[in-house]
Amino acid sequence: MNLTLKVWRQSGPSDAGRMVTYRVEDVSPDMSFLEMLDVLNERLIVEGDEPIAFDHDCREGICGMCGMVINGVAHGEQRATTTCQLHMRHFEDGATITIEPWRAAPFPVVKDLVVDRSAFDRIIQAGGFVSVPAGSAPDAHSVPVRKEDADDAFDAATCIGCGACVAACPNGSASLFTAAKITHLGLLPQGQPERLSRAKAMVDQMDAEGFGGCTNTGECTAVCPKGIPLDAIAQMNSDYLKANAK
Amino acid sequence: MKYTEGPEIRDTKAPEGPIEDRWDKRKFSARLVNPANKRKLHVIVVGTGLAGGSAAATLGELGYNVTSFCYQDSPRRAHSIAAQGGINAAKNYRGDGDSIYRLFYDTVKGGDFRARESNVYRLAQVSVNIIDQAVAQGVPFAREYGGLLDTRSFGGAQVSRTFYARGQTGQQLLLGAYQALERQIAAGTVTMHTRHEMLDLIISDGRARGVIVRDMVTGEIERHLADAVVLATGGYGNVFFLSTNAKGCNTTAIWRAHERGAYFANPCYTQIHPTCIPVSGEYQSKLTLMSESLRNDGRVWVPLKKNDTRAPGDIPDEERDYYLERIYPAFGNLVPRDIASRAAKNVCDEGRGVGPGGLGVYLDFRDAINRLGRDAVEKKYGNLFEMYERITGENPYDVPMRIYPAVHYTMGGLWVDYDLQSTIPGLFVVGEANFSDHGANRLGASALMQGLADGYFVLPTTVGDYLADGPFGDVDEEAVAQAEIKVRDKIERLMSVNGTRTPDSFHRELGKLMWDYCGMERTEESLRKALERIPELREEFWQNVKVTGTAEELNQVLEKAGRVADFFDLAELMCLDALVRTESCGGHFRAESQDADGEALRDDEHFAHVSAWEHTADGPVLHKETLEYEYVKMTQRSYK
Repeated sequence: MNLTLKVWRQSGPSDAGRMVTYRVEDVSPDMSFLEMLDVLNERLIVEGDEPIAFDHDCREGICGMCGMVINGVAHGEQRATTTCQLHMRHFEDGATITIEPWRAAPFPVVKDLVVDRSAFDRIIQAGGFVSVPAGSAPDAHSVPVRKEDADDAFDAATCIGCGACVAACPNGSASLFTAAKITHLGLLPQGQPERLSRAKAMVDQMDAEGFGGCTNTGECTAVCPKGIPLDAIAQMNSDYLKANAK
Repeated sequence: MKYTEGPEIRDTKAPEGPIEDRWDKRKFSARLVNPANKRKLHVIVVGTGLAGGSAAATLGELGYNVTSFCYQDSPRRAHSIAAQGGINAAKNYRGDGDSIYRLFYDTVKGGDFRARESNVYRLAQVSVNIIDQAVAQGVPFAREYGGLLDTRSFGGAQVSRTFYARGQTGQQLLLGAYQALERQIAAGTVTMHTRHEMLDLIISDGRARGVIVRDMVTGEIERHLADAVVLATGGYGNVFFLSTNAKGCNTTAIWRAHERGAYFANPCYTQIHPTCIPVSGEYQSKLTLMSESLRNDGRVWVPLKKNDTRAPGDIPDEERDYYLERIYPAFGNLVPRDIASRAAKNVCDEGRGVGPGGLGVYLDFRDAINRLGRDAVEKKYGNLFEMYERITGENPYDVPMRIYPAVHYTMGGLWVDYDLQSTIPGLFVVGEANFSDHGANRLGASALMQGLADGYFVLPTTVGDYLADGPFGDVDEEAVAQAEIKVRDKIERLMSVNGTRTPDSFHRELGKLMWDYCGMERTEESLRKALERIPELREEFWQNVKVTGTAEELNQVLEKAGRVADFFDLAELMCLDALVRTESCGGHFRAESQDADGEALRDDEHFAHVSAWEHTADGPVLHKETLEYEYVKMTQRSYK
């Protein structure tokens, strides 16, 4: 396959940035999207140009490090797939592909396609945990958990923190990310004592970071590589309301 | 490559007495630090995977002043996150005959009698606390309808002791540790530096007292001082270029600590995982593991005939060779990883492999789907099947998966004593970065167990004992300045070569060489070839590598070049270690040492020891630590 790429290049936070066009030839349909960029980068280095900076690590769709807006869609058009798991067989020979970083004010661009997502860590710091120091836990079987609750908690807990939800949201909201953690811990008996204080602290931190509000457009769940359902946000809002009513 | 032999290591600091009492004894003998003093004691933890994340969180909870580093943009992304199948624990919730002793026994045997009994016993003891801790944190393990935890079987065990969270157990356990860590960051006990890479260890008055790191965004070289340093920087499987490790995994932190005096133990012990998706082309950047748990229900086979090009569905049962079930009837598809990997290599070498290049075997779920129904199979393995389809474009519900072995884990690592302290006082090493618990082969679902045992339960006790002598006063300014200059010089050298080849092109070539000559099967001839070729390639690297951009910015080419430079040096030591160990054991298979059936043949008379390598200006010095087996009798492993 031969492709034309239009890639966002930005040397640093103070650079205005621009789209730059590259031709890539002899792309194998079995390549992953990132392998296709690797091939381009190898060529750029040999030619003495700066390769395109992008975040990636596990390349198995679980670490959450990679993320690009491909043809206007976070992680590309294939559903429930991270950028690293997207393969070139889903593109047409001769196609032009645009590649941009996540765009949201709380995710400033570091370089090219690399953005700063540390706001997510600060949301977790606000309360995305159960306060249980090592060594203080009772036997694991002392509290049975309904299988349905455990399964639902697991589904919410699969969030990889990639930030696609924010990139896709017209409001730049981090509601799906925040709600996934609130739902995961809020469904389990171990998460009950801190349930409402957690919801309040995390939502307040999300607002403080400059993320927008949720208006139920559902763009987040559509691009979420783990398919976190929109219901989670309802759960978050309910807990947040209860916390504020107290 | 020349080496000399130095004095044996005689004291591993394990307490004496009955094995079941040793950890209790050590916990009691470990000195405590009073809470007011803990705040004055500073600990650096490098790496935020299961071992490092849990260690930093727990040390913070105890009140120490902790600084944590990771190269990713968030501590949540460390590669423990990709562990799929599960975590072992001797809970015996099923009443199927499991016990601490049995987990201990299975691990020592699975490691082919090359691990320390005292360490392994402690690991088995602590395993039960890990599950309690994780459940209390809200880790959503799989449960049964009665609300209790579900378990499954893994290779090398005949009991069901593996706890799991669908195919994402590592993710869920790591998020538990990450959340505990973030809680401590919020509490102010841990200071976190993301996108920082450790480039040297600072030693002052013979003690590890800090690290030199590079801020990967600004390029700034920073010094961080402390009373103790913990390395939790993972394994070095990426020396092979293609492995199941994350792209960023590297040996730099432990290698540079090794250059500063920490012994490197058993570098040649590499685990080749039997169930990975085969290579599809020259551009391949990494390999993806399919969890070993799939071997619970998937059956491994190849056609009986050579070069059989029929579609798998057209090959009738009597023309299939379910070779693991045939050769190892007692364990069948659940033999340990080293055995399953080699068996796959053997059938492919016979010309019976499947897929492109004949480098693959089938992992078939047809019978499981017929027996349990498609829904039940989907519930257990759905996400793994999806991942497979995404990568290969084939649907494993309809056609069998194709799998092939790939480098997955390194049992070798920095040498540590029973306290997880290296040969440099104050330098502790946890998780995959150390060598301690898995011997020559790690059993499935034991990496998560070891990482968390080290971080939550072992290290906090033993570091406390070390710090009871602290604070250790001012750090020698000259030592810090010297380490900083060394780091700057190396970066400067890499930037100034300005050759014609990319760091990745060298890495690929080194990786291929290691896979061919120091991979699943090693011979004296292959290892000698590698030892000849590696220095030549390294020479070319330093003459001809090209690093673009500048060192004062985010520069992924520079990061890569620095890591590849260290991989060259490590690769050489791995080959030397493999050459010196003329026996086969676990993941280390020397073709010269096999029995009549082609199984690995140990040489206990000459090699029942740990090979701990010291780095000196005159070349490597080998120190042996003799392994004694008081509880588990050394036998030739048999899974037949």
